[in-house]
Amino acid sequence: MSETEKEPEKAIEERIVLRITDMDPKFKYEISRTPGSEKLMLCFQCGTCTADCPIARFTDSYRPRKLIRMVQLGLRDRVLSNDSIWLCTNCFTCVDHCPQDVGTAEVVRALRNLVAKERSMPRVYEDLSSSILKTGYAYEIPQLRIRKREEQGLPPLPKGDVDTIRKLFKTTGFSKTLEREKE
Amino acid sequence: MAEQELKYLLFLGCVIPYRVSSYEISTRKILDKLGVELVEMPDFTCCGFPLDPVNHEMMLTLAARNLSLAEQQNLNIMTLCNGCFGVLNHVNKELKEDKKLRARVNEYLKEIGREFKGTTTVKHLIHVLSEDIGFERIRESVKKPLNPLKVAVHTGCHVMRPAKYVGSDDPENPTLLKKLVRVTGAECLDYIDENECCGNPIIGVNSQIPLQLARHKLNNIKAVGAQALITVCPFCHMMYDLHQPRIERAFNEKFGIPVLHYPQLLGLAMGMTPDELALKDLRVSASEVLALL
Repeated sequence: MSETEKEPEKAIEERIVLRITDMDPKFKYEISRTPGSEKLMLCFQCGTCTADCPIARFTDSYRPRKLIRMVQLGLRDRVLSNDSIWLCTNCFTCVDHCPQDVGTAEVVRALRNLVAKERSMPRVYEDLSSSILKTGYAYEIPQLRIRKREEQGLPPLPKGDVDTIRKLFKTTGFSKTLEREKE
Repeated sequence: MAEQELKYLLFLGCVIPYRVSSYEISTRKILDKLGVELVEMPDFTCCGFPLDPVNHEMMLTLAARNLSLAEQQNLNIMTLCNGCFGVLNHVNKELKEDKKLRARVNEYLKEIGREFKGTTTVKHLIHVLSEDIGFERIRESVKKPLNPLKVAVHTGCHVMRPAKYVGSDDPENPTLLKKLVRVTGAECLDYIDENECCGNPIIGVNSQIPLQLARHKLNNIKAVGAQALITVCPFCHMMYDLHQPRIERAFNEKFGIPVLHYPQLLGLAMGMTPDELALKDLRVSASEVLALL
């Protein structure tokens, strides 16, 4: 115990990771209502997801097991302000290996969707979404490429159907998110 | 059915026309030779993959819209990109099973006068080759077996996982692409961590981790003595081919491993010329490999 006593006050403060006032008991229900995340509460923290995650192998900051636990505990703000949620590549190894069929990557996706809706999204997703809205493609295909296709004897590209995409962005409510992001 | 009609709606996606047309060119060449008819679909858009992280509903809706177009044509979809396959196949199966979800997505689609009915099937090029055309027919098309060649494969995540939705290959020990390689006469080498992700989907968020992942893979491929890497996804291909010089610079290592699209490999075995198969479009030169043949 003497070691603990020697710790400076601030360090102890930092180690107090859970405060009852930081916990939102409804958060786990909010997330588990999202399609794909229904089995969130079945996670028994075995850590297979983190052990098999190719990203966790190369960085200490991404730990899927820990993210799931934080959601179960209702640490809403800490989870949603955690940039590491954007590091999942969607390789679905965790989904295939989970003994409880939690659908870990889908929980991470639910968290990302919530952050995008309530807070902000990484620039790259804003760019991809804007490009889809503008052209129907995730990347704007340069005119040079389109001309080269003709030279190579390739058929014309699909035209992108921008009008219907604009309508769908609106009806799903995604255009509001994107407009806020651009402000 | 005695003789299946080999006719598909081609779903090209975004990455191929943007950066990786060599994949499209070589695919069209080999499928033409194998008697497959590709139908162009002028109204297709992005599959929806890039939208999933920020708005799942919008991803579902965009994918369902593309699927409804294929239903209208009464044809199955063939994708060349793992990402497009993953999204379209997953959404197609999910909407077929989940009536509540389908009703919600169809509410959105009503806005544009469309409806998801659940009458199409989504296949990736490797499924069309291995299941519909079949190994036997591909073997018959090989005129110039690539016997001296030793290669490794990177199948890529979304044609293996999640197994619940893909189901055609064993994600712990995928064999489809390996068998397709062996049909060309080339030797296919095993290596460590061959089922791991390329890392490319997060390169716009964090460039360091994907480069480390790709370096790890290239090192493992080099260690077994593979002369080339074979891929079936434009996104994975970009990671290993386009970014290979960047990886070499970042870690001060030299790989020089050419990365061929599977149709380029098969095309060479069919006796096509490197120019016909757009091999000169590769970032990492394949000239040493071609000299072996």
